[in-house]
Amino acid sequence: MTDQPESFDIVSVGRALVDAAPPVTPRNVLHRGGDANPSADALKQQFGDAIIRSAVGWGETTVFVARAHVGEIIRWLHDDPAQQYDYLVDVTAVEYREAENPIEVVWHLRSLPYRRFLRIKTELKKGSPLEVDSVWGVYHGADWLERECYDMFGITFTGHPDLRRILMWEQYKEGYPLRKDFPLRGRFSRSEQLRQALAANPESRYSMEELTVAEAFTEIPDDMRRRLASGERTGE
Amino acid sequence: MGLTARPDSALSRVEYDPQSQDGWVTTRLDFLVNWGRANSLWPMPFGTACCAIEFMATAAADFDLARFGMERMSFSPRQADVLICAGRVPFKLAPIIRRIWQQMAQPKWSIAMGACASTGNMFDTYAVVQGIDTIIPVDVYVPGCPPRPEGLLYGIQMLQKKVMNERMSDRTIREEMEPDPTTQLYIPPPAIDEISEPFGNSINQTRSTP
Repeated sequence: MTDQPESFDIVSVGRALVDAAPPVTPRNVLHRGGDANPSADALKQQFGDAIIRSAVGWGETTVFVARAHVGEIIRWLHDDPAQQYDYLVDVTAVEYREAENPIEVVWHLRSLPYRRFLRIKTELKKGSPLEVDSVWGVYHGADWLERECYDMFGITFTGHPDLRRILMWEQYKEGYPLRKDFPLRGRFSRSEQLRQALAANPESRYSMEELTVAEAFTEIPDDMRRRLASGERTGE
Repeated sequence: MGLTARPDSALSRVEYDPQSQDGWVTTRLDFLVNWGRANSLWPMPFGTACCAIEFMATAAADFDLARFGMERMSFSPRQADVLICAGRVPFKLAPIIRRIWQQMAQPKWSIAMGACASTGNMFDTYAVVQGIDTIIPVDVYVPGCPPRPEGLLYGIQMLQKKVMNERMSDRTIREEMEPDPTTQLYIPPPAIDEISEPFGNSINQTRSTP
């Protein structure tokens, strides 16, 4: 009993954890390391220098790829018969607290036939234009995910058919709310925020195309069709 | 047994004596109108968050809004008397709640149910309106996060009391709020900034005095 510390000391607890066995999940999946997703090696063979590095954490493989090659890499992962990543789980972005770290864009992919999960990341340097390829051509489900990412982080997805804000209203002027330099209460005063919000037309948020049944397109009047084709919005 | 004829001979022979004092009630018109209004407030439920769940509980059998003549939820603002804003209102919804309020016909009242609708609550963020009283006039604030159904019922009874005290001769209570045409605000911007300011909790008051 004499060698017990007299009071609870969080530092000694921390040291004990260093000597302890590394953490594993109930199915013996290691925190760091372990078997990588075979797609990581296949990507390295196929694309070479475009694959920057890959890491395994909690059994999940993350592959960092070069920004310029994101489009073709994800297209290949979807099309290659040995990969068949046919389900896009999520598109999102990460900005780190450390200002020198780049912003990461993250794609979560799942291959249902091979039962594999793969996380693709690319780094966007701050100061350079935040642009990356859209994967809308591969997965149409990326449409709203990329719009949300654009709305919250200001990342431009080149090739997206309709890149505009989705959570904030379209005339929102204060910036991108999930960026670290964005103040929690916004940039403007409350009265100015309210003034801008009330100035928005609540019925102009949808494109006419969204409000239209696609099959009825041929039956609607000519002038309406013309307005639809020019991308006009309702409620003006 | 057989059916017997209905003894309706008495019904057909009701006689009305204009000179009789029976069957007459005299009252103030104010009282009669207010009594009718206060006991048939049709709510326009504007439920945006968890307060709407408590509102549904209030409307359901256990608490039974029908006791107050409010069982008829009016999902069209044209037929509604009282706007119950249950939940936080993001800035994106601000023009919508304003428009719903303007579409409601007089006489109309509004209840800010819960802390978010009343003050913005802990959502002191870029996205949330700091109290719907910056957008529309509010008659009763119901505190709570969310308020229990008893709390909402108490607020409704307070509103009924307010309705009962209205005078028809007072035209000002029916005046429509006209927002400023350029800014669409109906109270001056410094006042909005003042009431939107965070002011801590019950122990730490950081609110500046004007």
